[in-house]
Amino acid sequence: MDALALLLSRVQFAFTISFHIIFPSFSIGVAAWLTVLETLHIATGRPAYRVVFDFWLKIFGVAFGLGVVSGIVMAFQFGTNWSVLSKMSGPIQGPLLSYETFTAFTLEAAFFGILIFGRDRVPGWLYLFATAMVTLGTSLSAFWILVNNSWMQSPVGYVLQNGVFAPDDWVKIIFNRVVWVRFPHMLLASFLTGSFCVAATGAWYLLRDKYNAEAHIMLGWGLGLAALLVPIQIFFGHLTGDFVHDLQPAKFAAIEGRWHDEQPAGEVLFAIPDEAAESNNYAITIPILGSLIGSMSFDSKEVGLTDFPRQDRPPVLIPFFAFRIMVGCGLLMLVLAWFGSFLAFRDRIEESRWLLWLIFLSFPLPFIAILTGWFTAEVGRQPWSVYGVLRTADAVTPFLSARQAAISLSTFGVIYTLIFAFGVFYINRLLHVGPIGHLVKPPLAAVPNRPMSLAGQGLISDAELAGGGERP
Amino acid sequence: MIAFWVTLLAISILLYVLLDGFDLGVGMLFGLTRNENNRNTMMAAVAPIWDGNETWLVVTGVILWGAFPTAYSILLSSLYLPLLVMLAGLILRGVAFEFRNKTERMRWLWDSSFILGSFAASFIQGLTVGALVEGLPIVNGQYAGGDFGWFSPFAALCGLGLCIGYGLLGACWLIKKCEGEVRERAYRLVPYLAVALLMFLAAVFAYALAENLRVIGRWLERPYLFVFPVIGALSVFVLAFSVRFRHDDVPFPMVILIFVAAFGTLAASFWPYIIPFTLTIEDAAAPQSTLAFMFWGEGLFIFPILLLYAVINFTVFRGKVQSFAEHY
Ligand code: HDD
Ligand code: HEM
Ligand code: HEM
Repeated sequence: MDALALLLSRVQFAFTISFHIIFPSFSIGVAAWLTVLETLHIATGRPAYRVVFDFWLKIFGVAFGLGVVSGIVMAFQFGTNWSVLSKMSGPIQGPLLSYETFTAFTLEAAFFGILIFGRDRVPGWLYLFATAMVTLGTSLSAFWILVNNSWMQSPVGYVLQNGVFAPDDWVKIIFNRVVWVRFPHMLLASFLTGSFCVAATGAWYLLRDKYNAEAHIMLGWGLGLAALLVPIQIFFGHLTGDFVHDLQPAKFAAIEGRWHDEQPAGEVLFAIPDEAAESNNYAITIPILGSLIGSMSFDSKEVGLTDFPRQDRPPVLIPFFAFRIMVGCGLLMLVLAWFGSFLAFRDRIEESRWLLWLIFLSFPLPFIAILTGWFTAEVGRQPWSVYGVLRTADAVTPFLSARQAAISLSTFGVIYTLIFAFGVFYINRLLHVGPIGHLVKPPLAAVPNRPMSLAGQGLISDAELAGGGERP
Repeated sequence: MIAFWVTLLAISILLYVLLDGFDLGVGMLFGLTRNENNRNTMMAAVAPIWDGNETWLVVTGVILWGAFPTAYSILLSSLYLPLLVMLAGLILRGVAFEFRNKTERMRWLWDSSFILGSFAASFIQGLTVGALVEGLPIVNGQYAGGDFGWFSPFAALCGLGLCIGYGLLGACWLIKKCEGEVRERAYRLVPYLAVALLMFLAAVFAYALAENLRVIGRWLERPYLFVFPVIGALSVFVLAFSVRFRHDDVPFPMVILIFVAAFGTLAASFWPYIIPFTLTIEDAAAPQSTLAFMFWGEGLFIFPILLLYAVINFTVFRGKVQSFAEHY
């Protein structure tokens, strides 16, 4: 095994999946938002809801398309870079990922078509149902992925047989307690992504004094939903922390920045951990709070990192800071959502332009929280690939050369940057065009599995395109 | 259970080759014309369905991983660089469908990524088959060929061969879907591509004989396998007639038959190996509990739905695409 190839493979996995997750979490959130809008539209009959719906449907199309493109790479990467892992855990991870693909494809196949073409052809309730099913499909995708990853975090229901992990209890694997706290945590994170992006768009239009009716809907509903969801999210975050405390004590110690056993334990709010000296610099610590958070008691003993041999410890810096950034984002979102909703309820939000600016600028928060959350979970799991059973260093393709890994990493770097730049540019243009009130008329050639084509509509009027002659 | 999953795997691979084959082919032929109207017409002939076609690649990948994890792990890790090129190609050509219409100044970029991406993906797929026929250097269940162990002149020849084959599929698809100049040009191309394909097959055969590849031995042991080449030969005849007499609907199914025959030939010569001559299907298969878990959900219910959907998709999109200007 080549140590550099291992490092590059880890970086590549982290890079490509971090890129991927940005789009799915956004599209899961927007799909749910579309369901809310369609429900409102049917319940109230107000046309503005429909305008907002059509606007977000276009953006959804682009994000979904980019998620699909970047997801294809993920399905191959296990085999190319982690061949030992994929051989050993294939009997468990393989079927879980195949269920992900299969369920996503079928729901996509059946209901995307209705979402895009069906507006005038199917009854309203069926259209609403199709929207809800697309939301369900994207959420199921997340579900299978989380079952899969939770099995790696806390392997259960298998026996080691001829050098592979053979499943012997699927019920245990799927109803792993870890799944049922991490899946809601991820799902809520996606919904929050949707809410904040919607609220930020609304705030932006209000700041520019455009599309006021639509902007009010976006701002009010985005903030309101977030105000409801953030506390639940924080609660599930706490439950997630509980499982880490019980099942992955080394990760928990790294997150807490706790080097030695303590009783009662303090909580390190901030510090700069020093892995070589096994201690923290510049620490700000609150006594006893650590025991309270870890075990809900005033005098429990909490485990420190030095209890584990060095080769079994995760890196400390990344989980430690990533976790604090995630929690920080969560708290900021809580403040923004509650204060904003309060003002919106009082109908005073338009007067405080600074708050509108803050809300507009807050749309990266959920994305940052999601990425840092995954960094906490995944880097904290090191040095294990399957926790406690298979080390990352043993999971990598043993004959992979650093040259190959460097070539693939740089190729993905270039291609993803190119696509990302175009994709963002493209969504940005859609946002600028705004909810002009055009209904979505699918281009003649659009079919369900080509959602990005939907976005073409808003751009047709652009002068730059008219010259091409190919779009009437 | 193993037989069931091998069958599903084979169906997925074949569907992928046939379906993505023609749109990759159209992608390569796209490079042969500079006329913007022709290009738009060609795009329109595949744009609505290419994505659904590519689905079968992901389906193949996850079935392979779930049902035959050992094969998945050996194949993907040994073909590291080729797969990278293929994925890069597929991504670049995939986004080109949308991005080329959004910009004028940068259109050349997305047009070339469409052509080169299609070419790269096709070439690599052929190369993979070639490398498998020749036998990957595998020692004790582990690849031992280094960064370029999969390369050989024969594999490269197979890469070119598949490009020609996909080109032929693509041309016949254009004949079926288009009218006017695009169809005319496709008609004129077909004889060249068909002859090139036959020459390629002859070359492969000669090479295999000269090198005494193990595949040939299996043929002599099982003469009944010759049905496949016979089907192929008959289809070539019908193809020739239909092109001569301009029957728009006939060439495409004939090339499909040629591909099915070639696929059958290959599969039959590999049987019962999943990685020729080192790993059998039996040895690569996942434990029973895995196969059963996959069977009761996706095998029994979801796979048929996917097939049904593919059919519906093609029925919705039947008939000729309108020649450009008023379309898209
Ligand atoms: C089903 C499995 C799975 C899922 C859903 C995720 N990961 Fe992961 N991740 C892995 C399976 C994995 C892995 C294959 O197990 C890696 C590769 C090497 C390793 O040690 O773990 C890994 C490594 C890995 C690393 C590098 C850790 C290190 O090597 O120090 C990072 C930063 C992430 N992932 C980030 C993410 C993000 C942002 C995800 C959100 C979408 C994510 N992972 C989901
Ligand atoms: C290693 C992990 C992952 C793999 C192998 C993977 C694989 C894939 C693949 C192959 C696709 C394309 C499917 C298509 O063509 O329609 C896709 C899309 C998608 N992925 Fe991922 N993905 C991973 C991580 C995630 C995570 C962590 C989430 C969410 C929590 C997620 C949610 C989605 C969604 C919502 C889509 C787009 C919609 C869909 O097609 O289902 N994925 N993913
Ligand atoms: C504010 C209180 C929060 C707490 C206490 C908390 C707690 C945690 C913990 C302990 C983990 C690590 C789980 C593991 O190692 O497997 C985690 C992961 C994660 N968090 Fe949070 N979190 C909070 C807020 C948020 C917010 C606001 C978001 C997003 C909007 C978020 C998104 C995530 C994600 C995506 C992961 C990775 C997936 C997972 O491991 O479940 N978290 N969180």
